[in-house]
Order: sequence, then C-alpha cells, then structure tokens
Amino acid sequence: MRKLDASTAPDATAFLNARLIDPQSGKDEPGGLLVRDGVIADLGQHLRRNAPDRAVVIDCKGHVLCPGIIDMQVFTGEPGQEHRETLKTASQAAAAGGVTTMVVMPDTQPVIDQVALVDFIQRRARDNAVVNVHIMAAMTRGLKGQDMTEIGLLKRAGAIAFTNGKSSVANTRVMHNVLLYAKDFGALIAHHTEDPHLVDGAVMNAGEVATRLGLPGAHKAAETIVLERDVRLVEITGGRYHASGISCAESLAVIRSAKQRKLPVTCGVSVNHLTLNENDIGPYRTFFRLRPPLRSEDDRAQMVRGIANGDIDVIVSSHDPQDADVKRHPFAEAADGAIGLETLLAAALRLHHSGEVGLLPLIRAMTANPAKLLGLPSGRLEKGAPADLIVVDLGVPWVVDKVQLKARSKNSPFDESKMQGRVLNTMVAGTLVYQYANGDRS
Amino acid sequence: MTSAIHPATFARRHLLTCEGLKAGEINALLDLADNAAEGNRQVIKKRDVLRGRTLINLFFEASTRTQSSFELAGKRLSADVMNMNVSTSSMAKGETLIDTAMTLNAMRPDILVVRHHAAGAVELLAQKVDCSVINAGDGAHQHPTQALLDALTIRRAKGRIAGLTVAICGDILHSRVARSNINVLNTMGARVRVVAPSTLLPSHADRLGAEVFTDMNAGLQAADIVMMLRLQKERMQGSYVPSTREYFHFFGLDHEKLARAKPDALIMHPGPMNRGVEIASTIADHSRSVIREQVEMGVAVRMAVLEAMARLLPNH
Repeated sequence: MRKLDASTAPDATAFLNARLIDPQSGKDEPGGLLVRDGVIADLGQHLRRNAPDRAVVIDCKGHVLCPGIIDMQVFTGEPGQEHRETLKTASQAAAAGGVTTMVVMPDTQPVIDQVALVDFIQRRARDNAVVNVHIMAAMTRGLKGQDMTEIGLLKRAGAIAFTNGKSSVANTRVMHNVLLYAKDFGALIAHHTEDPHLVDGAVMNAGEVATRLGLPGAHKAAETIVLERDVRLVEITGGRYHASGISCAESLAVIRSAKQRKLPVTCGVSVNHLTLNENDIGPYRTFFRLRPPLRSEDDRAQMVRGIANGDIDVIVSSHDPQDADVKRHPFAEAADGAIGLETLLAAALRLHHSGEVGLLPLIRAMTANPAKLLGLPSGRLEKGAPADLIVVDLGVPWVVDKVQLKARSKNSPFDESKMQGRVLNTMVAGTLVYQYANGDRS
Repeated sequence: MTSAIHPATFARRHLLTCEGLKAGEINALLDLADNAAEGNRQVIKKRDVLRGRTLINLFFEASTRTQSSFELAGKRLSADVMNMNVSTSSMAKGETLIDTAMTLNAMRPDILVVRHHAAGAVELLAQKVDCSVINAGDGAHQHPTQALLDALTIRRAKGRIAGLTVAICGDILHSRVARSNINVLNTMGARVRVVAPSTLLPSHADRLGAEVFTDMNAGLQAADIVMMLRLQKERMQGSYVPSTREYFHFFGLDHEKLARAKPDALIMHPGPMNRGVEIASTIADHSRSVIREQVEMGVAVRMAVLEAMARLLPNH
C-alpha cells in the first residue's frame, strides 16, 4: 500500500452510484453520499458519479444505501454467560448483518439493574464492540417484578429504555407505578407481555400442532391479557409504553385500538414471527422454540400486514444465543431462543421479495422507527446524521451456514435456509466495520 | 382385506409413533401377536427369534408393567435383556439424554426400548443411535405398543375393530395412550370419542379424529368399548378438577354411566387403576372388563413388534 502523507490521506468516504433509501423522508432515488468525520456530510444526485478528491470511494453499483439497522432486542451473555455470546461476538454478528446499533437486554448475570453495571457494559462495548451498543436496563430489581430500579439515575447513566427482560411484571400495582414514575423522566418502558401463570409449563403455541406433539401449549390470550392490562395502565398513567414483541392477531388489534385513542403505545415483532410459524417446529426442532412461541400461519400473516400498514412499529431480531448444552434436549426441556442478528435483514427481505411489504416500510421498521422511539440521531440519511450506513444487495442469493455465522452460539432457525439479499458493507460512525467478500464471509 | 392396498407386513426400523401407521401394518402386527398369545399359553413359551440379540430397556420414567412386559417379551424371544433405570444411571449425575444415547450405542444393542417423560425424547434418541428404537411412552405424545395391545384386545373380543364406537374417557390432555389409540383406532375404521372435562381436553382434540364429549352420559351412549384413563393424583386436587369426589361423580365409570353403553360393551383401562377415582371397584372386576386380557396381550404385542423388527436387523 502506498504511504499516505497529510496532503493525500483520505479524509472522507464517498458512496457512489447508490440507490439511496431514506426511510425517514421516504426518498428512494439514485445518488451518492459523502461521509466526513463520522457523519453524513452531503448526499444527493450530484454525488452519484463524483467523489471529492482525497475520498475513499465505494462504488455501490446501483445497490441500496440506507441507514444501518437499529435492533431493539439483543440478548448477549455478557456479563455472566460469555460462553454463549459476548458484546464483541454479538457486535461482529451485528456488523455482518447490517445492524449498526444494538440495544442489549438486561437479562444477564448479574442483571443490569444498577448504574455501575450500565457503566460496565458501556466500557466493555467501547473497548470491544464494532457497532453502537445501547443498554435497555431492568425496570425492576433483578427482573423480579417487585421493586422499581433507579430509573432516573440509570437513564442519566445512559440506559436508553427500561424493560423487565424476558418476563412480564405480574403485579399490576408495580407495573402501574413503573409507568407512572418513568413518565417523569420521559423513559420508555418496553414490556414482554405474557401472563406467567397462563404459560406456566408451556413450551409452544397451544393448538392442533401442540396437541399432536403432546406438548403443553401457551394460549395466545396469555399475551393479549397482559397487553390489554398494560394499555389500560398507560391510559391512567400516560407513561410511554412499547410492547416489545407481539405475536398474534388479537394483540395487534389491542395495539391498533390503543393507537386510535392516541395513547403513547407502540409495539415490535421479531423477524421470526414474521417469517416462521408453529409448523416449522416439525419433529421437535428446538431451534424453533421461542418466546413468545411461534404461532399459527394466520397470525404470522397478520403480523406481516401489521408491518405493511405501520401498525407494528419495529422489527427486532430478538437475538438470543443459546449453546448446544441447553438446546440439544427434548423439546420440552430445551431453552427458548434463537440467534438472529446476521439473518435479520435477509429474513425480513423475504417479505419484500414476496410482495407482502414494501421496501420502505420494511426498512423503516428497522431504522427510522426504532431511532424515533429511542431518541437516536441515526436511522436516517440526512446531513449531520451519524454515518451508520449499510450497502445492501437486494438480489444476491445465499444459503445460511451456521459454521459461517459469527455469533458464538449457532442456534439459528434459518440454518440451511435460502436467502435473497444481503449486506455488502456496514459502516458505523464513518468506519467500515464489515465488507462482504463473495464466498468468504470473514 | 387391506393387504391389496398396503403390504401386510410391518417393516420399519423404529416404532416411534402410531401416526402414519397403515392398516396393513397394524393388522400384520396383530396377526403376529395372535400367534404369540397362543404360544404364551403353552408350557414351553420360549422361541429363538432374537437369540444372540441384545435388548436394552431404557426407562427414564418409572414403570412396572410396561417395563416387565417388554422384558418378558424379549426373554420369550431369547434376547439378552438389560434393564436400565434412570435413578441408577448417569442421567442422575447430569449427563444429557444424547450423551446417554451415545454411551448406550457404543455397547451395540440391537433394540432399545425407551420411555421418557418428555415428548419427542425417544425420537431425538432414535436419531442418534444405530439400533432399532421402540417408543415405550414419551411424555404426552405417544405410546404405540399400548394402542396396539388395546387394538388386539378389542379385535380378539369383538372379532373386528372397524365400525365399533370407542369412548376414551379421562385425562386426555396428558395422555399419550389416548393419542396413540386415536391414531390406531381411526386407521382401523373405528369411531372414536373422547370424554373429559374441558380442563383435561387438549385444544383442537377434534382435529385428531375424535368426537369430543364433556358429558360422560352422552359420550358413552351406545358405545362398544369404554376405555378409561388414569387420572394422576397431583391433578385431582384443584388444579384440573376440584376433587376426586367430584371427578368420580361426573367422570368415574360406575354402573349407572356404564348402562348408557351397549349391553355388551367392553371395559378397558391401561393401568394402573385408581379404584374409586376414575373407575368403580366393582366395574374394574366386572365380567365385561378386559383389563387383565390387556396385560396378557401387552406381552404378545410386544413380542410381535420385536419379531417384526428382528427381520430387519442386520445379519452380519
């Protein structure tokens, strides 16, 4: 490589010949984009062919250039379960999947329910992660659903939102007080909705498939009952509420009606619930054991419609690394969860290719919408916005190979699945953190 | 009669589920079992079908009758039979099911008979071993040899299965026996009913091929077979039904309810029975009760399954 001196050293990166998609403004047009000092310096038609001197040029060859994905639900094993996933390995998986910002969940050992632990994650992420990491802190101590955490101090320390992780707060008074208190700080409460008593012992969706397999099933109502209660509490308290992962048509109806009443209610769905259903479990495949469980095909189709018409705000990967030790068991005894950072975009693109969801609403649900909910400056193509960008080839076919995945645990429900479309380049704050080389995904 | 459509043999490496078994296969097994039952009533009961073969009974869940039935069936066919119980095995020391399977596989058994408390566990194990695997009950999923012995008992007592109305009564929700029986009886042309309080019925039970009744009197109306299921003690005290007293009142088989069934209706129970909970003591010992025949046919059916599998075992 040629030695660079000050006068010729690149001070910018130019993306040329791109299809610029900005989900925020709804623009989808050919053009180019210039990155300088970690932010978007300029963009538009005039940059389509021309790069300024001293800029590193990336020829997008007509492929999509859009904001990097903001994944609102990522579980890691750090601290406490590093053999499953660390912030470093998760971030590498994220970069390879086009996720430039991941929001990590507090379900760790110990639980992220104190300022010192938020600080710990931030330092570990700064030193090891190649993408942006934000923390969703616990809203009750130890995620036990009893005592409120220091929401004000945690938020000041950098916690971006609050959650009870993989469990619902069963105690209605606690939930009420959390929403009320969080409101004073403008904090977002993201809640997993599942009545713990109704799903006790259940390992999949209740229905014909569960009956045939002889597995205890969780009724959809377990999700909807808690969601309805929460919406009622939002009505009383005015707290900002986000249902972190809905899975059935009935829940979508609750969200829709709450939005019609102008309540500060939003919701997310995992890409798994948009692309898979309970039949995929087949002969007890534990990689399809998820929480909430995969539902019927009708429910999946409803979730997809919810994304298409904007009733569902956010798509998440719900990346949840589980190693063979907890997955290679009889279905009823295996752990919940599937990895998803690297397959999130490709799996979501299935909905685009099938014509079920337009490209703009699809990308919006993974970029602009979560950015707005979390108050992040990214998720848009705009002068001054952080240069968190991805180049996406919508058409390239590939087959998921778990050996090639960067996540430390390999529990992907999409292993050996055919995909169409993938990330070619991932840039975080002006630095290229991932580049796809054909045939070599390292 | 069905042999024209389906070959009248059972030629499968494993017996894991009754779902998908063809009528020809079932009839072939029942014919073999009929012969075995005849042989079991002779003075000399032993044949050398499985001589030199090793059968391992791997029971992760306590069982007296199924395990001894398989043990006896194996021994009457001259197999070397080993019983492994989980309480004395390394599973108790934290070994996973798959590790246990690999360990046993290394001992080169010919047939593994497996019972496990988790649905799908036997299938998982079958994927990991080289030998034949027989499901002796997995969670609330399947118990194929029980359904086959029930079919044999019915066929011997009634001369046929097709066209009969069979009422399966009790804890359908947690019952692998019910699921296997619904499969086999449907395939053989019987009309199957399930009778239980709604708390003990799985969702979409009708989709399995059974008519659903929550009123036992209606469910037993003109039935040819009344098949009672065991209700486990821990489910009797308020979690699924309020009390044993109330359960017996509405779903226990007594003379009054039995009178709804046909006068020659057979009474069956896979055992072990809770007398006075799901079945009145006098009914259990009724002249139309074939509960003891079921136990006898259990050995015969298991011999039939082992014999059919023996034909497929590699000979070199």
